Amino acid sequence: MAKPVITVENLTLAYGDFLIQRDLNFTINRGDIFIIMGGSGCGKSTLLMHLIGLQRPAKGEIFYDGQNFWRSEPGDREKIMRRIGVLFQSGALLSSLTLADNVALPLGEFTDLSPTQIRRIVSYKLALVGLAGFGDYYPSELSGGMQKRAGLARAMALDPEILYFDEPSAGLDPISAKRLDDLIRSLQASLGATVVMVTHELPSIFAIGTNSIFLDSETKTAIAGGPPKQLLAESKDPKVIRFLTRDQENRPMPDAGARP
Amino acid sequence: MNSPSAAWRLEQRSDTDLALVLTGDWDAAHAGQIAPETVFEEIRRHAAIQRILLAAKDLGRWDSVLMTFLIGLIDRCRKEQLEVDTAELPEGIRTLLDLAYVVPERAGARREAIRTLWLAEIGKSAQRLWADAKGFTRFLGEAALAFAALAFGQARFRRVDLWLNIQECGPSAVPIVTLISLLVGLILAFVGAVQLALFGAQIYIADLVGRGMTREMGALMTAVIMSGRTGAAFAAQIGTMNVNLEISALRVMGFAPMEFLVLPRMLALILIMPVLCLYADLMGIIGGGLVTVSFFDVSLMQYLHRTQQAVHLADFLIGLSKCAVYGVLIAIAGCLRGMQCGRSASAVGDAATSAVVTSIVFIVVSDSIITLICNRLGI
Repeated sequence: MAKPVITVENLTLAYGDFLIQRDLNFTINRGDIFIIMGGSGCGKSTLLMHLIGLQRPAKGEIFYDGQNFWRSEPGDREKIMRRIGVLFQSGALLSSLTLADNVALPLGEFTDLSPTQIRRIVSYKLALVGLAGFGDYYPSELSGGMQKRAGLARAMALDPEILYFDEPSAGLDPISAKRLDDLIRSLQASLGATVVMVTHELPSIFAIGTNSIFLDSETKTAIAGGPPKQLLAESKDPKVIRFLTRDQENRPMPDAGARP
Repeated sequence: MNSPSAAWRLEQRSDTDLALVLTGDWDAAHAGQIAPETVFEEIRRHAAIQRILLAAKDLGRWDSVLMTFLIGLIDRCRKEQLEVDTAELPEGIRTLLDLAYVVPERAGARREAIRTLWLAEIGKSAQRLWADAKGFTRFLGEAALAFAALAFGQARFRRVDLWLNIQECGPSAVPIVTLISLLVGLILAFVGAVQLALFGAQIYIADLVGRGMTREMGALMTAVIMSGRTGAAFAAQIGTMNVNLEISALRVMGFAPMEFLVLPRMLALILIMPVLCLYADLMGIIGGGLVTVSFFDVSLMQYLHRTQQAVHLADFLIGLSKCAVYGVLIAIAGCLRGMQCGRSASAVGDAATSAVVTSIVFIVVSDSIITLICNRLGI
């Protein structure tokens, strides 16, 4: 039986009076690769910001393992946040630090490891994302794809149980995007982590998504949810179908969207 | 190639149909002057017309000028209930026209220029001011909490960042501080000397320069230099980090930006400013000495001796404590504007500018207050 890690109840997102999404209800189970999808500007990234504790919801609750995130004491909230790792869209590495220092930053602050151990862990994490030997480079000296992978190494520094990705493959060429997908899937499988991913890259969605929620910008709420392949096969909603088929008339077999 | 420039003519096809025939080169170089309005005026003269046929004959080069002309004309005709027929236009132009019309303008997407009453403007400015004041107060509170965390040894920041910032604020600023304070000492000496020489009291230039530099000018000039040099840099650094989501990333990792970014910068400035100020005082006195000794018939020993008599420890302490206060203010202004920075490249520039303006205002206002207090206390 799958165990829920994150439960969202009646969540409403808004900037002041400007409503982004309302009445969101969904559950993310342990081991899921959960996709948050929807058209541009529908509030996917905003939802992510709420889930990782950067923005307070206008209404509704977010539970981590049954613990109410926003109604917890700041100390408890910090403990929950220690369990998550986030890869931002641009990587968001600290530009004044080298890659190694970026990855070492949370390790030095939140663990009692010795500098030698930290150095070992850093080079291990960089090797995991295919950046072995790049520890002394500054983020600005790397390509966009490498920055993203370095961001992933930093997100994984503390071996988080839940990994968040904001459009991981945006701006990457198809091969790099595929490699990143494979990396995410193998990390998820071997670490047993839960992955929550904001994306609108169809190949990624079908290749690695095990569950999903579809946000709609017109009705300002979720209009579908479930495993992406099942959505494509069974959904009756024309908006969902158009999105998942790139607006093609004929509905292809679920596997056709996945990369070979 | 000598191509014919853009031209148009109207041809009556039937009682209700009128054809607009375009010829020549319709590009930016040749057709920029032709406005759809003038053509439409001409069409209006044919009263019975119900349909406009758009046609092209011997059309040469064409670009977006032609397209905007056609779109302007079509919009105008439709508004006046005239039917427009594009069938006779070349295929490329027809496709582009179709593309321009295929997605209808989203209702409400266009931002209307709303005319606001001056009273509403004043109200909005007041609201902005209030929001600004609230942001400032919150920032002060958070900074105070960060310092409290530091006092209890719980502040999370990289110690090496503090050293880097101290180096950036201190030693790197020495050349500019040297130059400016030397010149200010020189200027003080000249300004005073002209008057004092009238009474043959050149020796008192030492009093003027010594007390002027230590009590006031050393601190003030250091502060102005540092607000331009370091305050702006703080705002730009933190602002850029905000644009890159680096601050969000820090938050998620469990670092408070106030402790991680603001604290080391503030500490560095507070520690280094009095030292720089002391150095500026010295440079100013040397500058004044140069003028006095070379132009006004006072020996070096006399100048030094007089300076020693005129300048008291209290003068130094007042100057140094002023400078420490300025250091805090510059750091607050720089970091505050950086943290408030928007998410665009121009916002970073605005943040840097605003940091300098804010800190100079802070400096001058606090200087007046401190001077007034010292005056009342008689020190």
